[in-house]
Amino acid sequence: MAAVTETKVKLPNSRADLAAGEKLFSVHCALCHGPKGEGGRGPMLTQAKLSHAPDDAALLKVIEEGIRGTEMPGAGAMSDHEMRQTAAYVRSLGKVSLKPVPGNPAHGAEVYRGKGNCGTCHSIHGDGGVSGPDLADIGSRRSAGYLRESIVDPQAAVPEGYLLVALVTKNGQNLTGVRVNEDSFSIQIRDDSGRSYSFWKTDIAKVDKQRGKSPMPSYKGQLSDDELTDLVAYLASLKEEK
Amino acid sequence: MRTLAWLFIPAVLLAQLNVPFERIRDADKEPGNWLTYSRDYSGQRYSPLDQINTANVAKLRVAWVHQVNELDGFETSPIVVDGTMFISEPPNMVKALDAGTGRTLWSYRKDIPSDLRLCCGKVNRGVAILGNTVYYGSTDAHLIALDARTGALRWDTPMADYKLGYSSTGAPLAVKDKIVIGMAGGEYGVRGFIDGYDAKTGKRAWRFNTIPSKGEPGNETWDGESWKTGSATSWVTGVYEPETNTLYWGTGNPGPDWNGDVRGGDNLYSDSLIALDPDTGLKKWHFQYTPHDQNDWDSTQTPILANGTYQGQPRKMVVLANRNGFYYALDRTTGKFIAGRPYVKQTWASGLDESGRPMRLPNAVPSVGGTLLWPSLDGGSNWYSSTFSPKTDLYYVNAKELGAIYHKGDAEYKAGALFNGGGQRDYDGEEPYGAVRALEVATGQLRWEYKLFSPSHAGLMSTAGGLVFGSNSTSFFALDAQKGDLLWRFEGGGNIDANPITFMNAGKQYVVIASGHALFVFAVD
Repeated sequence: MAAVTETKVKLPNSRADLAAGEKLFSVHCALCHGPKGEGGRGPMLTQAKLSHAPDDAALLKVIEEGIRGTEMPGAGAMSDHEMRQTAAYVRSLGKVSLKPVPGNPAHGAEVYRGKGNCGTCHSIHGDGGVSGPDLADIGSRRSAGYLRESIVDPQAAVPEGYLLVALVTKNGQNLTGVRVNEDSFSIQIRDDSGRSYSFWKTDIAKVDKQRGKSPMPSYKGQLSDDELTDLVAYLASLKEEK
Repeated sequence: MRTLAWLFIPAVLLAQLNVPFERIRDADKEPGNWLTYSRDYSGQRYSPLDQINTANVAKLRVAWVHQVNELDGFETSPIVVDGTMFISEPPNMVKALDAGTGRTLWSYRKDIPSDLRLCCGKVNRGVAILGNTVYYGSTDAHLIALDARTGALRWDTPMADYKLGYSSTGAPLAVKDKIVIGMAGGEYGVRGFIDGYDAKTGKRAWRFNTIPSKGEPGNETWDGESWKTGSATSWVTGVYEPETNTLYWGTGNPGPDWNGDVRGGDNLYSDSLIALDPDTGLKKWHFQYTPHDQNDWDSTQTPILANGTYQGQPRKMVVLANRNGFYYALDRTTGKFIAGRPYVKQTWASGLDESGRPMRLPNAVPSVGGTLLWPSLDGGSNWYSSTFSPKTDLYYVNAKELGAIYHKGDAEYKAGALFNGGGQRDYDGEEPYGAVRALEVATGQLRWEYKLFSPSHAGLMSTAGGLVFGSNSTSFFALDAQKGDLLWRFEGGGNIDANPITFMNAGKQYVVIASGHALFVFAVD
């Protein structure tokens, strides 16, 4: 495919191309990246620099092939020209000036460390627990709206890779953790301390997969509106370092 | 019941994945783990494990396989800690695998620009671990720190500008509170260095320039401004001696590779072994194997710290079979030459003088019309591991017997472009072959050899089970360490360009090699 082998590409940039790109985006991308690329399950695209797509050739490759090891699939159904139109639209998102996230990030950081006690389960640059997702660049990956919802209603969207599993082994050992991997013969889980365990299924008496359940407590009613707004502002400020 | 990961781990380690410096320093206390590139700091790539041995190695079978989805070369040397294996894999990934099942625990992928300058593919030879952090050098010359439990990024420090030809392919080395790492790019007119970074913050603590700056001793060994583009890279992992707090690290060819006219002089510290203080990066001594190299004979391979007896005297040595065809034993306290001799056919020097300096024969250099010389630019050996067994007192090398016709060409430096000044052509007048050779460690005297049909490009490992594991083409095999007899072999189905390791998990010993695009893990049923 042409998109993969070129090192320098020129994206179409007529109004008609961008309109076509927007339509394609709403069909293929918006479900995860949000209708305007504001982020959701997938990263926010309304930024000038996209970490997986440093240049347009890389962006086309990401659209065509997806990103291995992530939830991002390749766009098998698009033609080469359609991928270029979509890429052009994605680049245009990065040029739109953004409404700033309201709130006081510095105070939000205090809420994070103090009342919220978020570092017990989440890490920022290696500081904190590992039972929840790493938050070092959460501001680049999730929109403010998504973050707010996750804090008050963690069950609303449990991120992929955080299925809570409680298992009992045949010799009576109980273990609860996040599922890291599983196949027909074995399962790997990680406990709160970050230690990984592996079990052959023949050694397990019972596995309880708590689908849709988040290990994270809801902060609804625990934080004031202002505290919540500031915490979201703080999290939204956590961007990938360049 | 059978649990895979933790049954045999001391209780104190249960809570957290944590590898402080002391655990690496005392690696012999936990022979079931493989905590650093060569298992321990000595570079010997010798394992005290003997569950797999000369009596049962014939029953070695595949336990699990991990496949890579990229077509670049797969040169990883895994790290294994308490049931978790950490590997690097092409194009720019790090993975944690459950060592008992091979199932993936996490993976990290670094996005890399599409315009990298790489002589030899998007390869990487492994990671380092310190504390609960995994360290990795990416092909675009960044040093990257990942949470060993989840793969989350802790920091990402650019070491140099990839657009000028800098890259990173070797495994970092964790020493005390620092991460030491070299760099690659010897075909692009870079200026080499060895770096030490603060393990916690990623801040660079020191840099040793492998080519001295103007005004520093050694800079006068480069004509004019040639030192600025003289290469002398550091792309394979070095070794460390805790007793004297000394780091030993090898350096690569001077640039341009095959045209020495534009860089008159010895070209220090190319093709050298450098002893450094790991706290400061200051040089203790250096020894240059190939002054004014014109054959691309990097000396970056991992040296080996070994003790031996020479002329009745016990000696603390650092030894290696160099790419230039000679085996060398140096005094590792002073850097002075003890003994050396050719371990493969070589036609470029009449021998080594008393100080260990090669005496190059007249006209034994690349020429416009071509000059036939042994060894080829691949060398008598290359970056892959040799091994030393303290049990047999022998040094084992996967030797290459082949010559080549060396050409000299134009050498004009352009930033970020190849800066070779020539190349080589295959010579078909004499059938090339390979051999695993066992050498007396103090002298390099040949004790035995196991002949191979073709020259290999893969490393060796010795074990207390009386075995030497090695590879040739697509085959992985085990030899009797005393006699060199073939005891076991396996067809990997893909070329092997990697070093073997071994580890214990849940009471069972495993042996590992990367072949083609797969990592094979073997155990006795």
